[in-house]
Amino acid sequence: MNTTVSWAGLAVSLLLVAVAAGISWWQRLGLQRQILIAAARALAQLLLVGVALTLVISPGRSIWWSWLWVAAMLGYAATVARRRAPEVPHLLSLALASFTTAAVVTLGVLFGLHVFPLTGRTLVPIAGMMVGNSMTATVLAGRRLTDELRDKRDEVEARLALGQPSRQAAAPYVRAALRAALTPQIETTKATGLVFLPGAMTGLILAGTAPLQAVLVQAVVMFLVLAATATTTAVIALGLIRRLFTPDHRLVHLPAPADH
Amino acid sequence: MEFEFERVSIVRTGRRVLDQVTASIPAAGITVISGPSGAGKTTLLRLCNRLEVPDAGRVCYRGQPLDELDPLLLRRRVGLVFQRPTPFPGSVADNLAVAHPDASIGELSTALTRVALDPGLLDQEARTLSGGELQRMCLARTLVTQPETLLLDEPTSALDAQPKQVFEHAARDLAAQGITIIWVTHDDAQARRVSDRIYQLRDGHLTGAPTEEARP
Repeated sequence: MNTTVSWAGLAVSLLLVAVAAGISWWQRLGLQRQILIAAARALAQLLLVGVALTLVISPGRSIWWSWLWVAAMLGYAATVARRRAPEVPHLLSLALASFTTAAVVTLGVLFGLHVFPLTGRTLVPIAGMMVGNSMTATVLAGRRLTDELRDKRDEVEARLALGQPSRQAAAPYVRAALRAALTPQIETTKATGLVFLPGAMTGLILAGTAPLQAVLVQAVVMFLVLAATATTTAVIALGLIRRLFTPDHRLVHLPAPADH
Repeated sequence: MEFEFERVSIVRTGRRVLDQVTASIPAAGITVISGPSGAGKTTLLRLCNRLEVPDAGRVCYRGQPLDELDPLLLRRRVGLVFQRPTPFPGSVADNLAVAHPDASIGELSTALTRVALDPGLLDQEARTLSGGELQRMCLARTLVTQPETLLLDEPTSALDAQPKQVFEHAARDLAAQGITIIWVTHDDAQARRVSDRIYQLRDGHLTGAPTEEARP
């Protein structure tokens, strides 16, 4: 059975937006306008993406269009990460490098080892899930590491003053940042299936895929996200260490977030 | 000469912290750099350990420009003890081992003894030590690298009279064992107590020739 949603169905589902706006009005939250704008914006963005995706992954279209789409996604995700954490120095270039590395690793495994066939229909959504899910961890790792090195500057410099190289002096703070960034993803992975049903699997089941097949796809996606998160955060942390220390092992000045 | 400063200037956030400082600090004994807060004393010490580099001029250690020396080796030869104690997580032994992971228990115990700390403290959690003990542990941690020179940045400013006296005594003993000590303080009485010679640093300038002062 294939489940499809008609335009009329979509229009009816707007009733649910009205429910949210109604609650805001009833409780005088003053959020009606924001709810309506958010819903309209999401719908417009999704429709645009839908049209673009239809063009990019339509049968017979060169796979290079899909790769181009992936490259654009990586670039856009890097700018979003930069906007979210302006206090992290050089985050744009580092995020771009980390997303690209994660893409090479994860897409390399999934497509190189033929877990999925390499088509636009598989490449674009899988790359999207990889980037989307590792973005929060990337921002978290970058922010945490910068905070640690700034707030514990005395401790870091005490290690440097003992003759430790910068990478060794920064190691405890890199570990703390990576743990903080990876733990939520590990917790999510643990709770999958018990506490919540993830989006990819739900979408597949709604679209008519057999539940077992949907579960297999979802499991692969979870592992993809786990690897992508670990890769992006590691690249961000190691890259930041290179930028936040000088070649002669001095910690650069790190302004407080309020200075930005 | 232990350290030579040749027209050294440093500007930080628009302020000239050190202005064309030219001075020589002799080897051996305790040289105190005295002066009011904000005079640039800490910056001068950090230059010697290369946690800072000058914007102009150069600093030489035993005749060699610092930028020609390996900074990691320099920092092991020239140890720095900070104003605030900076214990790392873990025991006293863990802290000392950061300076030399392969050091034996005997070497770690000796480092503690040299600063008048009981070697029985090795297994104690570092953060549970008193302020005076903690600062001496930081001194011992620096000694584990077997430095030729020690830079002390107001190490007793937060200590009461008794632990301050113990620290000063430990530092005098180290100087007597041949370690050159450069001690920054704004406490004039302490400067007179511990020093073999005193420099005055004011408004980014080292004023006048060093004063040779005999300890009472």
